[in-house]
Amino acid sequence: MNINATLIGQSVAFFIFVLFCMKFVWPPVIAALQERQKKIADGLDAASRAARDLELAHEKVGQQLREAKTQAAEIIEQAKKRATQIVDEARDQARVEGERLKAQAQAEIEQELNSVKDALRAQLGGLAISGAEKILGATIDQNAHAELVSKLAAEI
Amino acid sequence: MAEQTASGYIQHHLQNLTFGKTQTGDWGFAHTAQEAKEMGFWAFHVDTLGWSVALGLIFILLFRMAAKKATSGQPGGLQNFVEVMIEFVDTSVKDSFHGRNKLIAPLALTIFVWVFLMNAVDLVPVDWIPQLAILISGDHHIPFRAVSTTDPNATLGMALSVFALIIFYSIKVKGIGGFIGELTLHPFGSKNIAVQILLIPVNFLLEFVTLVAKPISLALRLFGNMYAGELVFILIAVMFGSGLLWLSGLGVALQWAWAVFHILIITLQAFIFMMLTIVYLSMAHEDNH
Repeated sequence: MNINATLIGQSVAFFIFVLFCMKFVWPPVIAALQERQKKIADGLDAASRAARDLELAHEKVGQQLREAKTQAAEIIEQAKKRATQIVDEARDQARVEGERLKAQAQAEIEQELNSVKDALRAQLGGLAISGAEKILGATIDQNAHAELVSKLAAEI
Repeated sequence: MAEQTASGYIQHHLQNLTFGKTQTGDWGFAHTAQEAKEMGFWAFHVDTLGWSVALGLIFILLFRMAAKKATSGQPGGLQNFVEVMIEFVDTSVKDSFHGRNKLIAPLALTIFVWVFLMNAVDLVPVDWIPQLAILISGDHHIPFRAVSTTDPNATLGMALSVFALIIFYSIKVKGIGGFIGELTLHPFGSKNIAVQILLIPVNFLLEFVTLVAKPISLALRLFGNMYAGELVFILIAVMFGSGLLWLSGLGVALQWAWAVFHILIITLQAFIFMMLTIVYLSMAHEDNH
């Protein structure tokens, strides 16, 4: 229980330990702690940033989807319109073509009719003359009565 | 120990292994308390110094090992432990010390861990380490005290070191004039110079006592707690030596109970020593007295 030089020895040991601790223990551990703190803060930051980015991306995707839907609807609408237009055009063309063909056919028929009429008329003229010849018993000069015959034929 | 009387046993346990100059003029170990006393100041308690330095080295090497491998990534078990200790001390320092000083936090850490380790030896049954010393030395009467903090030399050594730091930083921060002013111009001050001069001795007396009380209380608080705890352990150990079965059984129960309670005390005393050191040094750094 005596106070003696142990006191001094203890003080010296104390200072040596404190100095060692200050130089070689404290700084690296504190540095590591601070670095980890920073890392964690950065990590949390990055996480919240990523969450925000994700939200933005979601929003963008939704918007693009909506746009795409509208565009698709528009395109379909246009296509429908175009289809009806094409059908209408085709119908019109068909009608016009039909009418044209009909008119042509009618014209042909008319022409045929006229030519048949003409032939019939000519034959009838001949028949009438030969009939008249037989009735008269004399030959009618073909040339002299041509005018008369054609006039007659025209009357039929 | 059976052949010893109870008081002899207790006295033997309270005797340090002292190395110093004996009466004959040679350096050697003291064999009796009387001899140790006669060695005067220039003697060393080899057990106190040995255990404290050994435990200090354990602290330093353990923490150095962790510090060397300290990474900011995933910490291992040792690093985790060291980080917890360092953060705990760092928080305590930041809470009470507002100046800028790179020494304070490592100082507080050293004090806390070192004092804790020295105190923790108290939990080892009181006879084990002295018996080990007897086995190693072969001397049946070799005194040996394992708990360094039950030696006032150890606690006073640390407290005086802290005191030296208090004075050093007081003078460094406030200057010699400021330090002397702090000692002499407070708490009583007067605008009248003549009255002020009269008040200086009164102030000095009060402030000087306050200043000196710091290391003394620091040392004696730790010493007193640990010494009392050690003494209770020794007294309980005496019960084992009584030879009575029921007394020995009671001793076992008491030993256990006291050890559990002592876990609290050794931690608390280490913490108090650290906290008061921080507070005293914080006061030394404050200029606005």
